[in-house]
Amino acid sequence: MAQLTLPKNSKIDRNAGKVFKAPAGAKNVRAFKIYRYDPDTQANPRVDTYEIDMDKCGPMVLDALIKIKSEMDSTLTFRRSCREGICGSCAMNIDGTNTLACTKACDDVKGEVKIYPLPHMPVVKDLIPDLTHFYAQYASVEPWLKTDTPAPTRERLQSEEDRAKLDGLYECILCACCSTSCPSYWWNGDRYLGPAVLMAAYRWLVDSRDEATGERLDQLEDPFKLYRCHTIMNCSKTCPKGLNPAKAIAETKKMLVERRG
Amino acid sequence: MSLRSPLSQARGLGSAKEGVGHWWVQRLTALALIPLTLWFVVSVARFPLLDHATLVAWIKAPLVAVALVLFFLSMIHHAALGVQVVIEDYVGNEGVKLVSIVLAKFALYAIAAASVFAVLKIAFGA
Repeated sequence: MAQLTLPKNSKIDRNAGKVFKAPAGAKNVRAFKIYRYDPDTQANPRVDTYEIDMDKCGPMVLDALIKIKSEMDSTLTFRRSCREGICGSCAMNIDGTNTLACTKACDDVKGEVKIYPLPHMPVVKDLIPDLTHFYAQYASVEPWLKTDTPAPTRERLQSEEDRAKLDGLYECILCACCSTSCPSYWWNGDRYLGPAVLMAAYRWLVDSRDEATGERLDQLEDPFKLYRCHTIMNCSKTCPKGLNPAKAIAETKKMLVERRG
Repeated sequence: MSLRSPLSQARGLGSAKEGVGHWWVQRLTALALIPLTLWFVVSVARFPLLDHATLVAWIKAPLVAVALVLFFLSMIHHAALGVQVVIEDYVGNEGVKLVSIVLAKFALYAIAAASVFAVLKIAFGA
């Protein structure tokens, strides 16, 4: 449901933030303001300030986070793995936009770099959101090839044109930047599948090798699972991979209209 | 805290297998409202006098009466579908949601009936 204010114990305590100063003599100092929440204490979340000497730091926001964790404050907690925009682990809200810390350059942010976890998700710790429901929703659309025809002895053939239909869909890394930027997903994420999962569903709807298109459409045709999308387009605007989930959802709606004739 | 598995919670009660009709009719009524609204605004703007007699004489013309009925029906049907979506979006409590949607629809269709009745009464009046 629409929850426009945070619960009392999730509100940020503006007076509790700690400040970590840059080492003396640093010339190129940049402030990073980072959301902190520790489930092991009873304390409300706070925003800590880390001053970093950018002359001794890599160019990306993830470089700064790793520098903070290694050199300034080892309690800072975040997910990261590939550091090249393919694993989707370091998705977070940077400078007001959901994106990947590893592909976001610090220079692209003006002033202080503000870093929060992905919006409107339960926070496990610091910058780590609980994505259990998001992954379960992904599993619920059964994102794998379904066929009744017995498997061929060689590859399943696909024309070049049909293969091209998967471009712009298969590249999704499930970082959840789009779904957590969507107001419909914020208000009704318990039932609305959200842009990432709906694009994954569409990736199988348009796969020429799949034989369960009708069954997949049956599963999607629902006022909440699909039709909470009101074409707000935050998803396509924020996608760090430059994909267009809003278009995939629109195409799914068109398929449903086409089916009823 | 629920002990149901995440997948069970994500699947919920399954798909309603409807929604495309609602979505399609909302687009159709929107499409119909483009010419109807333009016609209504331009017609009223071109009245020589904004008085009761001018309006009654205008509504008495058969084509005007038919177009007005279409205008009111499309607009109110469109509004009913739209208000339902807004309530579903923002009201979380299932009971409040259901009652709000029912009340909104009753009110809107009462307005629709009254609008059509008013147009026909003038059109067929002496």
